[in-house]
Amino acid sequence: MNVFLGIDIGSTTVKLVAAGENKTTGRLEILYQKYERHFSKVREKACEMLRDAKRVIGEADIRAAITGSAGLGVAKASGVDFVQEVFATRKCVGTFVPKADVVIELGGEDAKIVFLTGQLEERMNGTCAGGTGAFIDQMAILLDVQPNELDRLSMDANRIYTIASRCGVFAKSDIQPLLNEGARKEDVAASIFQAVVNQTLTGLAQGREIKGDVLFLGGPLFFFKGLQKRFQETLQLSDEHAHFPKLAPYAIAAGAACYAKDTAGRTYSYDELLETLEKTAGEPVQTATLEPLFHDEEEYAAFCRRHNSSDIMRENVTMYSGKAYLGIDCGSTTTKLVLIGEDHQILYNYYSANKGNPVDVVCEQLLQLYELCGDRVTIAGSAVTGYGEALILNAFGIDCGLVETMAHFKAARHFEPDVDFIIDIGGQDIKCFKIANNCIDNISLNEACSSGCGSFIETFARSMGYSIEEFCRLGLFAEHPIDLGSRCTVFMNSSVKQAQKDGAGIDAISAGLSVSVVKNALYKVIRAHSPDDLGKHIVVQGGTFLNDAILRSFEMEIGRNVTRPAISGLMGAYGAALHAQANAKESSSLISLEELQNFTHKSTTTKCGMCTNHCSLTVSMFPGGRRFISGNRCERPLGGGDKLKLPNLYEYKLNRLQEYREKSKPGKARIGLPFGLNMFELLPFWHTFLTELGFEVVLSDVSTRSMYALGQNSIPSDTVCYPAKLIHGHIENLLEKGIDSIFYPCMTYNLDEHRTSNCYNCPVVAYYPELLVANMNHLKDVDFMMPYVELGRQKDFIKTMGDLFAKKYKHINKRMVKKAALDAYAELDRFYADVAAEGQRAIDYADEHGLDIAVIAGRPYHIDPEINHGIDRLIQSYGMVIVSEDAVAPLGEMPTVNVLNQWTYHSRMYAAANWAVSKPNAQIIQLVSFGCGIDAITTDEMRAITEEGGKIYTQLKIDEINNLGAAKIRIRSMIAAVEEGRKYAAKS
Amino acid sequence: MPQSRELPHVPFTEDMKKDYTILVPNMLPVQFKLITSIMKNYGYTMEVLENDGPQVAECGLKNVHNDTCYPALLVIGQFIDALESGKYDTHKVALMITQTGGGCRASNYIHLLRKALIKSGYGYIPVISLNFSGLEKNANPGFKLTPKAFIQVVYGLLLGDFIMQIYNQCRPYEVKKGDCDKAVDDLVRKITKDFAGDKFIHYKYVKMLYILICKRFAQIEMKDFGSKKKVGIVGEIYVKFSPLGNNNLEQFLLGEGTEPVLPGLLDFCMYCIYNGIIDFKLYGRTPNNAAIMQAVYRFLLGKQKDMIETIKRDGHFRPPMEFDKVRKLSQQIISPGVKMGEGWLLPAEMVELIEEGVNNIVLTQPFGCLPNHIAGKGMIRKIRAAYPNANIVSVDYDPGASRINQENRIKLMLSTAN
Repeated sequence: MNVFLGIDIGSTTVKLVAAGENKTTGRLEILYQKYERHFSKVREKACEMLRDAKRVIGEADIRAAITGSAGLGVAKASGVDFVQEVFATRKCVGTFVPKADVVIELGGEDAKIVFLTGQLEERMNGTCAGGTGAFIDQMAILLDVQPNELDRLSMDANRIYTIASRCGVFAKSDIQPLLNEGARKEDVAASIFQAVVNQTLTGLAQGREIKGDVLFLGGPLFFFKGLQKRFQETLQLSDEHAHFPKLAPYAIAAGAACYAKDTAGRTYSYDELLETLEKTAGEPVQTATLEPLFHDEEEYAAFCRRHNSSDIMRENVTMYSGKAYLGIDCGSTTTKLVLIGEDHQILYNYYSANKGNPVDVVCEQLLQLYELCGDRVTIAGSAVTGYGEALILNAFGIDCGLVETMAHFKAARHFEPDVDFIIDIGGQDIKCFKIANNCIDNISLNEACSSGCGSFIETFARSMGYSIEEFCRLGLFAEHPIDLGSRCTVFMNSSVKQAQKDGAGIDAISAGLSVSVVKNALYKVIRAHSPDDLGKHIVVQGGTFLNDAILRSFEMEIGRNVTRPAISGLMGAYGAALHAQANAKESSSLISLEELQNFTHKSTTTKCGMCTNHCSLTVSMFPGGRRFISGNRCERPLGGGDKLKLPNLYEYKLNRLQEYREKSKPGKARIGLPFGLNMFELLPFWHTFLTELGFEVVLSDVSTRSMYALGQNSIPSDTVCYPAKLIHGHIENLLEKGIDSIFYPCMTYNLDEHRTSNCYNCPVVAYYPELLVANMNHLKDVDFMMPYVELGRQKDFIKTMGDLFAKKYKHINKRMVKKAALDAYAELDRFYADVAAEGQRAIDYADEHGLDIAVIAGRPYHIDPEINHGIDRLIQSYGMVIVSEDAVAPLGEMPTVNVLNQWTYHSRMYAAANWAVSKPNAQIIQLVSFGCGIDAITTDEMRAITEEGGKIYTQLKIDEINNLGAAKIRIRSMIAAVEEGRKYAAKS
Repeated sequence: MPQSRELPHVPFTEDMKKDYTILVPNMLPVQFKLITSIMKNYGYTMEVLENDGPQVAECGLKNVHNDTCYPALLVIGQFIDALESGKYDTHKVALMITQTGGGCRASNYIHLLRKALIKSGYGYIPVISLNFSGLEKNANPGFKLTPKAFIQVVYGLLLGDFIMQIYNQCRPYEVKKGDCDKAVDDLVRKITKDFAGDKFIHYKYVKMLYILICKRFAQIEMKDFGSKKKVGIVGEIYVKFSPLGNNNLEQFLLGEGTEPVLPGLLDFCMYCIYNGIIDFKLYGRTPNNAAIMQAVYRFLLGKQKDMIETIKRDGHFRPPMEFDKVRKLSQQIISPGVKMGEGWLLPAEMVELIEEGVNNIVLTQPFGCLPNHIAGKGMIRKIRAAYPNANIVSVDYDPGASRINQENRIKLMLSTAN
């Protein structure tokens, strides 16, 4: 008998399919199939599954092919034929599964699409968009449910939240706060599936329409009915056109079997094949490895002894009587509680995963505390910190809240009075701060890309079937930890896959992950170069540092011993308790036992209609009429709108530009301008120019999320910045409005403001029109004008434009063009003057009223509310006056910069920063769009200018992530640090 | 108030010329080796760095902002790794790095390198900028190329490109492994010897060397010459050429039984020069410079034509397409105004390859490369529309990007290779 065997070794599972020819029909039929998780033991699993298949194929002559991302190494080592998985997928179609026009296949880590009708196209997701099946697994753990439960939950969803779909890490950054703010698990589950759909469709379809019969393959698309539903709804596919075959999880393996049949490869007997594979299972690994963390048990024991000395005084709550203070740290993934006595001793502490709902956790704990305290102990003060601060504060009547950086600092200072550097690695965030003069003077927080490192280890451990403790313990004595890179958890995950391909053991992976997390913190977040960049008295804390492997890697990497308090994971809560004690009033407002016993928590969702942001609000209702609204980006729905009347240049500029809409009048032709990228600066110019030439100027609407979705499918590069991606939506919007042509010039050179050595635009701003023409099919139907012009060279510009327009339109002559251009230049100058005047007004207002000024330094297009997600209003709501970089740049002297300073927009930020450091009540906040390559250069320089000027540098990295949780922490930390600094200065 | 922020400039002085070694990052081993050996004749001791391995990227990650592009991490990482290896007297070395001066952030590598040196305690090491856009003029009195030396260097570059063109065509078919490498070694040695000393090599002699190179490679025993599937490599200049940058892409493609096809460095030079002309045509910028560039461009076109003629006359190998034709072909895809980074050269090279029958292309770029969003990934759709047979895969390179993902995607492209 001839058997054709396909083995698909993916990132998380192994699939094995054996097929044979039916003697009567001559068609290929499946004799055996199996699907199992490999828990990173790739080679062993493959052998094991082959052994299981013995009763069916034991006597056969076998032709075999291996496929799948982790199969490459096995195939290479064993000499068995390899077939690329997408190719195998195609082989399977029409043989084992019905024919289709499009095939979508989701695996553990890769997503693939094949267009079979028309021009054949096969695509896999880019490097940055990894994580599909594995992503769902991780999200399930985040919600504390099994993956199949996640699926069931999703079917009862009432609404879909917007979740960033750039990649798994970004999506997680959006999901985490939703959970903390009490969103329904059902809704979150469905939103997770929707994020997977969006990610697949934007990353893969890239503008090609998905229509006709669509075949969905791979494990996730078979097992998750909720995911199927989301795909079908999003693609608007009827049941007869959407195919979810039973074979879906095995399809690629089956395709490999077809391949084995069609290629005349080697024929094995069962024993030969098994032997070949078994041989590779034992082969030594060759990959880039690192130093082991510990060489022996003894070294580890010494390490433990040293760290155990940083313990804290404790007293049993049942023995204590008197006043006590409660601190709660409601973090992104865990909730921590600490009760301290008058002498700062810990009476009670608690540490637990949120399990998707921190309110329940805290409620349960408070009940327990009341019971333990009895009549002996009175809780005289309480404070809460962390992501869930506002929610918990409102739910339980906590006395005060404080930003987590301050909480951590307060706790660290308690352990090490001379502390000069604190690093906290929690589940989601990495926070580092330097201490000088007894206050925080430099804060670094991770941005979206490197978030989730701490919880990644945990979720990874659990997906491998280990507890976090077991998993980390394994890594301690790994002989050859593997280098897994440090960019982000998606990349690490894929490096793990590579390591698995090479046959690496779980111990080496565990140790490697610890090192990766530490490197991420050191080189990406802190940007440390030597131990001296950190400090002499370093305190490390956060739940992740409880892991000895992480602590050890950290010490090894910086070459210096550090202090890890024994309550490392509780530091936020401890700091909050200290804060509660220091700020205790006569009595605490904490919820009473009685109220607590009748505690209920209901949440509903609604859309805020108070401004154009249309935030999705989650309203939580608690007993006693306490209500908490989350999801808002400003204070308006909370009734605190007064501060929104403070001067805000971001708002002013946007309104000022919007006025041009009114100035359009009917004309010879309708010419569209996309309201994005550099049009945010040059609209006054182009609008005037084109209007004077007798055209009706049609401006696209202000960006919204749905406009982004409209153009999402024609974006060819998923790593380009969000402002650029939005332009696709603007073009669609213009086309919907009905226009004769679109005018969007290419500009290598910007205007010269004499701060730079050259006056470039960045490559994306300069040439995006080229990309639009190449990727947006509809543009063929309109006249898309993208002349190459340089505004700085007036004469040449007028000539070029004269040639272009006089030739194209009969009603225009060169003289008209010249006049229009001169008027346009004048209008642009007027715009600049208005912005400068409004800037001065804002500064004067701040000075008169004793307010702080936030210089939000970004690019002109950062005033787009869909790009800044309302950050300006958020900062304003803390009582600051908002000015933009272009408004204050002319007031500041251009500082010396130690980089090549050749981009006009970017040079404004340097000048603005220089102005801000010399102005006592001004703070600098830099907005950076994710993926902005040039800001990788500017941020270090901006930080240096700011810090050398004695100020705190704050950077906010923005993308499609909608949630402002991380931004809030940064801004509040900055404000708190400034206040502390001022208090200190006043004292001395 | 902040004090002066300016970092002190460390010049490469005339004195240093005597006993300093100038280190050069490794991008194109053969071309760079030839050039450095020619520079030796003019009193400069130069060395192309050969250190590689994971610690190079590691060193880069430690010293450069991690969101900066991969080539910057590698180049700076390679320098600092070399300085820390103990192999050099750090008080007797200078570093040299190229700077294009375009609107891409690559023009900033030199500044990032200087900052990294200061941070690592090597602030005293001079860094020389090699550029043709007048950046950092007169900053290094000890490093001046006389016109004579300059011409010789250009010849070295031409010869290096020529050798690599032929070498790439032969290597997949050599019967005895290592024959082609040996030919390269022999030729480099011979040419170095020819250029040695104070004499001036005339162009006539260069042309003769072309013939010699063809002959030398034609002697190698080969099997089924030209029969393998051809796969073009295009992309960001460093990642495209440097094995360190692209995880040994060429070696991988050879292992997959294909013939890698790489456009030469000369194309990139001509692209840069042509941009000077375009700046005048589009915006009326610097007419004088444009006139000079026009002359240089013509000159190089002539030189390339000689190469092509030689290869044709020899009859064994495929000559490259005339660059001016390549340039014109690219205009159906993208405007020549796109001039940052590799700009219009990227689609130009892809179209060149396809026109020459090489439909399978690996488009390489560093993760998040700005110009590549537009001119690389952004143009694939348009190229496919114009050439339905085009089979292009785009691959990102980054310290964290796993090799298996890269290889898997290339394999996908190869599975439909034609």
